[in-house]
Amino acid sequence: MEAKYYVGDAVNVRRAFPPGHVRTPYFIRGQKGVIHEVVGTYSNPEELAYGRDGKPALMLYRVQFRQSDVWPDYEGSNADTALVDLYENWLEPGEGAV
Amino acid sequence: MSEHHHHDHQHPKQPDLEDQPITYYKVMTEALAELLIEKDVITADELRNQMEQQDSRSPIFGARLIAKAWADPAFKERLIADVNGAAAEMDIDAGDVPIRGVENTDDVHNVVVCTLCSCYPRSLIGLPPDWYKSRAYRSRTVREPRKVLAEFGTVMPDDIDVRVHDSTADLRFLVIPKRPEGSGLMSEEELTDLVTRDSMIGVSVAKNPA
Repeated sequence: MEAKYYVGDAVNVRRAFPPGHVRTPYFIRGQKGVIHEVVGTYSNPEELAYGRDGKPALMLYRVQFRQSDVWPDYEGSNADTALVDLYENWLEPGEGAV
Repeated sequence: MSEHHHHDHQHPKQPDLEDQPITYYKVMTEALAELLIEKDVITADELRNQMEQQDSRSPIFGARLIAKAWADPAFKERLIADVNGAAAEMDIDAGDVPIRGVENTDDVHNVVVCTLCSCYPRSLIGLPPDWYKSRAYRSRTVREPRKVLAEFGTVMPDDIDVRVHDSTADLRFLVIPKRPEGSGLMSEEELTDLVTRDSMIGVSVAKNPA
């Protein structure tokens, strides 16, 4: 399977709240980040959780976020970041994406 | 014992395991295990063996990997790229879940959390401590990592990236702590003693040489 995004691409996490087993933490939904690593394909955990086969498999990415973007009142340093593992079905092209 | 200590009072009885409340999940766990055995899906011995395996893992496996990485830069590169493969070189079984090594440097301090549950590189550092599974650690580590680190006695300079890894999916993370100053002449075996569980989670740093 070909990855839709590459290292350095700007992405947005979908701001969605579907029911069921979801691996995208609430705090990161709707946030903008940058692809840090294209990990590879994995069975879809949102399907596996219900005893189904997890197909089609999804590309998994490690996406990096600036903490001061994620938390407007963040009290740490501007240098601080968070890396979250996200499946492709949760990502959309971000600002400045080609 | 001192004569002044008269035993005219009662100490509370230390509760046995069964004296604690039987929760919904304890009942479900026992019921599931009994059913799996009754229906010949697994045997009691396989279940026991699995528990024994889980309990046999300890931070020593991770510590050996880190010490080798400190001593051998080429090994460190391989460890960062593929912890499982690097572990296999040392006859350490890191399991099937891919583990990434994340290296602390002068510019980055890594700390690992699983905000959704308690994902943890068990094969290399054993079972997670209770605090790792607590709601407080899981929510606060992404929200205010520097405050959480400070509560563990770890204060990081403002100009470095305190980088939180949220282990939400199909990867696990092992922090490669910075090699402590003054450890230059130590052997790989001696270096192993400087690597603690908490330094591989990232809430602490490696010990200084004695």
